[in-house]
Amino acid sequence: MPILTIDQVMHAYVTNQSAVLALDHLSLNVERGEFLSFLGPSGCGKTTLLSIVAGLITPTKGRVLIEGKEIHTMRQTIGYMLQHDYLFPWKTIEQNVTLGLKLTGKYSEKTKRQTLALLHQIGLRDVDDRYPNELSGGMRQRAALVRTLATDPKILLLDEPFSALDYQTKLKLEDLVWETLKQYRKTALLVTHDIGEAIAMSDRIVLFTARPGKIQKIVTVPDSLRACTPFQARQHPDFSPLFQMIWKELESIEQT
Amino acid sequence: MNKHEWLQRIYDQYMAYEKREKRIVRFFQAIIVITFFSLWEIASRFQWIDPLLFSSPSSIWHLFITKIRDHTLLSHTTVTLTETILGFIVGTMIGVCFATILWWFPRVSKIVDPYLVILNAMPKVALGPILIVALGPNMTSIVAMGAIISIIITTIVVYTSFKEVDANYIKVLQTFGATKQQWFTEVILPASFPTIISTLKVNVGLSWVGVIVGEFLVSKQGLGYMIIYGFQVFNFTLVLLSLLMIALLSSIMYQLVGWLEKKLIKRA
Repeated sequence: MPILTIDQVMHAYVTNQSAVLALDHLSLNVERGEFLSFLGPSGCGKTTLLSIVAGLITPTKGRVLIEGKEIHTMRQTIGYMLQHDYLFPWKTIEQNVTLGLKLTGKYSEKTKRQTLALLHQIGLRDVDDRYPNELSGGMRQRAALVRTLATDPKILLLDEPFSALDYQTKLKLEDLVWETLKQYRKTALLVTHDIGEAIAMSDRIVLFTARPGKIQKIVTVPDSLRACTPFQARQHPDFSPLFQMIWKELESIEQT
Repeated sequence: MNKHEWLQRIYDQYMAYEKREKRIVRFFQAIIVITFFSLWEIASRFQWIDPLLFSSPSSIWHLFITKIRDHTLLSHTTVTLTETILGFIVGTMIGVCFATILWWFPRVSKIVDPYLVILNAMPKVALGPILIVALGPNMTSIVAMGAIISIIITTIVVYTSFKEVDANYIKVLQTFGATKQQWFTEVILPASFPTIISTLKVNVGLSWVGVIVGEFLVSKQGLGYMIIYGFQVFNFTLVLLSLLMIALLSSIMYQLVGWLEKKLIKRA
């Protein structure tokens, strides 16, 4: 059974002017441990789709199932990472990363220790008692990753989490996130504008059309690239041809 | 000379400059105070200004000593200070509570919006006579004056800051399935602390206005009473003494709020 089933989802945004169709008959199955990227022009409803999967908004029509169950009963199996870290400036790093545990009632000495261990494992040492404004952008985004992983979600939703970082930090974090997710066998959905990032990190890439958002095509990344870390994948000979192919595909979407 | 010593020297130079700058500022501040009071004293002695109306620092000082000796100044000051602090605390707390209700129930906020505008535009001190008749000519109505003057503006300012909290922080909480109460305690309130503190600073001033006007009307005791009494018997030394006391006490209250600000907002 797929871990995530998106079944004929339609969503309309209603404003004072009109009702606008954001997502049109979207169906998709995601297997456990898969890494999926959503690529497409801005305004294609990628973020809307993530919000629906996260249970933050209810689709106007259609269903989203996680392990065959309706999502509103499963909210705690989802982790959501935003474009900026949104660490709470008035909380220490430790208070920030354990926030989810406290809110979901999973906080205990054991889970706290696990979370702090994860924090140290991804290279954030001696920062437990620091405040977010004392950390660099890359460190903050890593802390945000730990906060998301702390509650042990089955599916991670990544909404352009690297786009606000400088290029070097972005490449490093791509590797780190990719390795961490593989290690814990997490399923992930990544929204991005960056074709290279989508190829380097994903197993499959979903190409969207804009207004209304529909699936144009699903590209499966070849095994040769999937075996590599994102950084290695970018150097791989198979990377460029796939990039060209997706580039052309997106061009044709924009023209129609 | 090695790099370390060089950096140390640059640092020392910078600190010396800062220290000097601070001393210059303090010096001129002191000059202004001394000049002001000296000119006042001299102008009054030589009758450049009417001493009956503007008094003089020395006669205010003598009156201050007399009033301290017969214990009347202390009792009047204590009364006013108590009323102001109570009015300030009550006003701010009710204002924050109203803001919380408006944030919690968006429909209530839509409904009362025009009435808030009217209440805010209305001069609250005009309610004074009604309050005194309703609550009696006593401390309660004066505290109510001190409070009522800051409630609406606190409500509006704090509610606006509640609304302006970045929705993505709420989104983070939502993904953890947080309740609305948790949104409030984890995000909305801490994120609004800076605004709440700055309304506290405004409310210090407002509460003094409310309390002094209240004491004008009730005319029984307090610094406001001393002002109105001094005015009636044409003792402007007494009026100015009260004014100086108010200036001193409100500055101290303001400093205390500033200290509270440092305590509460460590980061952010």
